[in-house]
Amino acid sequence: METSLPTHSDNHAAHHGPAKGIKRWLFTTNHKDIGTLYLWFAFIMFLTGGAMAMVIRAELFQPGLQIVEPHFFNQMTTVHGLIMVFGAVMPAFTGLANWLIPLMIGAPDMALPRMNNLSFWILPFAFLILLMSLFMEGGGPAFGWTFYAPLSTTYSGDSTALFVFSVHIMGISSIMGAINVIVTIFNMRAPGMTWMKLPLFVWTWFITAYLLIAVMPVLAGAVTMVLTDKYFGTSFFSAAGGGDPVLFQHIFWFFGHPEVYIMILPAFGIISAIVPTFSRKKLFGYSSMVYATASIAFLSFIVWAHHMFTTGMPVAAELFFMYCTMLISVPTGVKVFNWVATMWRGSISFEVPMMFAIAFIILFTFGGFSGLMLAITPVDFQYHDTYFVVAHFHYVLVTGAIFSLIAATYYWLPKWTGVMYDNKLAKWHFWCSLISVNVLFFPMHFVGLAGMPRRIPDYSIQFADWNQIISLGGFAFGLSQLIFLALLIKACRKKGEPVPAKVWDGAEGLEWDLPSPTPYHTFSTPPKIK
Amino acid sequence: MLIKTKHLLNILLLVFCFPLAASETATSSINLREGVTDISHQVYDLHMTIFYICCVIGLVVFGVMIYSMIFHRKSRGAKAANFHESLKVEIAWTVVPFVILIGMAIPATKTLIAMEDADESDLTIIVTGSQWKWHYEYQGHDIDFYSLLATPEQQRSGQWIKGDTYLLDVDRPLILPINKKVRFLMTSDDVIHSWWVPDFAVKKDANPGFINEAWTKINEVGTYRGQCAELCGKDHGFMPVVVEAVSEADFENWLLSEKDKILQAKAEEQKWLAMNMSKDELMLEGQQVYTAYCAACHQANGQGLPGAFPALLGSPYVTGPVDKHIEIVLNGKSGTSMQAFAKQLSLKQIAAVVTYERNAWGQNSGDLIQPKDVNQIVKSGL
Repeated sequence: METSLPTHSDNHAAHHGPAKGIKRWLFTTNHKDIGTLYLWFAFIMFLTGGAMAMVIRAELFQPGLQIVEPHFFNQMTTVHGLIMVFGAVMPAFTGLANWLIPLMIGAPDMALPRMNNLSFWILPFAFLILLMSLFMEGGGPAFGWTFYAPLSTTYSGDSTALFVFSVHIMGISSIMGAINVIVTIFNMRAPGMTWMKLPLFVWTWFITAYLLIAVMPVLAGAVTMVLTDKYFGTSFFSAAGGGDPVLFQHIFWFFGHPEVYIMILPAFGIISAIVPTFSRKKLFGYSSMVYATASIAFLSFIVWAHHMFTTGMPVAAELFFMYCTMLISVPTGVKVFNWVATMWRGSISFEVPMMFAIAFIILFTFGGFSGLMLAITPVDFQYHDTYFVVAHFHYVLVTGAIFSLIAATYYWLPKWTGVMYDNKLAKWHFWCSLISVNVLFFPMHFVGLAGMPRRIPDYSIQFADWNQIISLGGFAFGLSQLIFLALLIKACRKKGEPVPAKVWDGAEGLEWDLPSPTPYHTFSTPPKIK
Repeated sequence: MLIKTKHLLNILLLVFCFPLAASETATSSINLREGVTDISHQVYDLHMTIFYICCVIGLVVFGVMIYSMIFHRKSRGAKAANFHESLKVEIAWTVVPFVILIGMAIPATKTLIAMEDADESDLTIIVTGSQWKWHYEYQGHDIDFYSLLATPEQQRSGQWIKGDTYLLDVDRPLILPINKKVRFLMTSDDVIHSWWVPDFAVKKDANPGFINEAWTKINEVGTYRGQCAELCGKDHGFMPVVVEAVSEADFENWLLSEKDKILQAKAEEQKWLAMNMSKDELMLEGQQVYTAYCAACHQANGQGLPGAFPALLGSPYVTGPVDKHIEIVLNGKSGTSMQAFAKQLSLKQIAAVVTYERNAWGQNSGDLIQPKDVNQIVKSGL
């Protein structure tokens, strides 16, 4: 995903070409460089978090304790979750935002380029701190990525302080990224790029950025309260001092639920770009897509307690949160229907980005169905904290968010590098991922329904057969991503057929008018919008 | 390409039909259990209804999608149409799902209200979670006991063959009568736990310092197994719930025999207070108690887990004065995972385990602690 010097004769751009060596990456304020940094960082974190998932699946390959101790197992589930959420999915979307938003709205760069540099460069330190905590005496955080008090306060190890510090840095980075997106979209649209002309990826990121600004401070509050409860004698979450452990869950999920939409709304934007391109037909219901995104964002603030149905809430509250949660399926359904209607009577071809996008629509909808089932409070009592939930959120996050990120990479990679990716490897990557991901996550529905709780290092023998299959699927899915790594390295070394400016014949948008590879500086003079 | 589409279709059919075919049996390995209470049946029916609704929606949506993937392909010469909005269609696919949702919400609301109504119960059990065991108290009956995992360590480490109820066995199950409305009051001594028996469709968090309520009315005699459902630390996977449901008459008999046993145990305790146990006796019993109650944290070799659970070997409590040692076992240490064992263990057991801790792992302090020594400390109220 490396950018090169501009190929066309633009003196101004040539004058401000990238610096040489490591300095280019350390001091860069170029949105393309920073986007590339974010994407590579996210991919490395994806492999790191994936390696932890391999440890988890290896231990669960058969009943009994074989490979790791329960305490270390809990550290693996915890850090796997934290890394995948904050280190892989979120930075990858931020990377795409950096690369694409200026290109899509006809801006020369992000509005706040120095802050952009800072928001990226504090991230590696956050994760270094988190990963280092695993090597402390007593190990790293072992209380789940949701860090429920008092397990994370009175009963946690000393790595908790590092965990809190690390989450603070991630939060600051996200907030800065979000501010940058909002300011850029508000101020830097090319003349004539009106709100209802914005590509949906820009719209979804605009709304996501507001969600980030609204909830990251809540997360910062939650971790700070954990810190002071543990080290400074406060009792926010301790009944002995007048606090309440359930308060923690309310605060955490007030952040946590919008957070899951932060990880999926930009994915909707990506799919809304790819499906029309390869259907050779305009996106169906553009404005309803915008309104549906805004509705989902609004609803995401009033459903948080559906994660907490078993904590003992009043019936009235349980009913309220059940109804609101069910409501979310309406705007989400609208989106899926719109994509299907876009494909209907199109002229469809199946390039790899489209294959991933179609897999996204089907498999994300599976996650939507299990989400609807989970919304029904009386049945949620049975599903809650079982592998059914694990299946649900991996369908929306892996075959949802991650598949959309992979689709986006295949879609825009030729534009970034100027060469077509290795199509054969890409197809191998697709089919291996598609099959293994379902072998990995689909049977989790079964063991969950049959009664296997999540976050256990060992299980009753009735779950043994499915767990073996799940683990095999897991190893295969992990290995499949190495194909992707090979493909990316090849593409970044510019090995492949050169591509024209308009890489895909059905593509629409400002970025496809630019030469491929994208010059280091683009839209120094704003484009004219038809 | 066509072959690949078929491939996708096969996968879809497979994933859809699998749960459908298997949902017929009651004790499925891939579906919810119908359970043994009226509520659990209602929950199961709700689950299946929603599942079928999702299947129908899925078949329609994916059907349309797959149709256009097959017939509207560029390679078949399909030309793209021009339409990109339709108010009528968009209103339809907003309103129709809304109506379906209302259809789902009505039965769900009824069941939920019934589940949350714990009034007029015949029996109350106070369920207390702690790391990593359950404590049951029969309110008004003076009966209470701890329920610990009974699966032998050798099965967990793979030395022995795992039994059918691997990790789902306890030393003392909760005994409940059938056909009686049993109310559970849940709380916790340390972190949050969650008491779950799938066959009753009861899962409720046990929050430290607060009390939650749930209820069940079991229809059939039998043994029902569940597990802690909320991550509660290292041995979260090793605190099962086992309920034995017996007929009302058997339950009454059990209550009487339990009360008898308590009286006997009290008499026994008095006897031990007057006796001196030998070192061998103390060490033997001490090792058993240590393995069941202490080894999860302090480890079988007494070395603990550095940074998480302190070592006993070389600890000032173990090498220092006996009184302090007994006292911390009795009362625990607040603000840490060290529990108070005064309620959980008999005087004899505490005497034995303290003796064991002071003489095991190559130590040989020679300290022999007798039940009466422990009793003295209990009496002095340290």
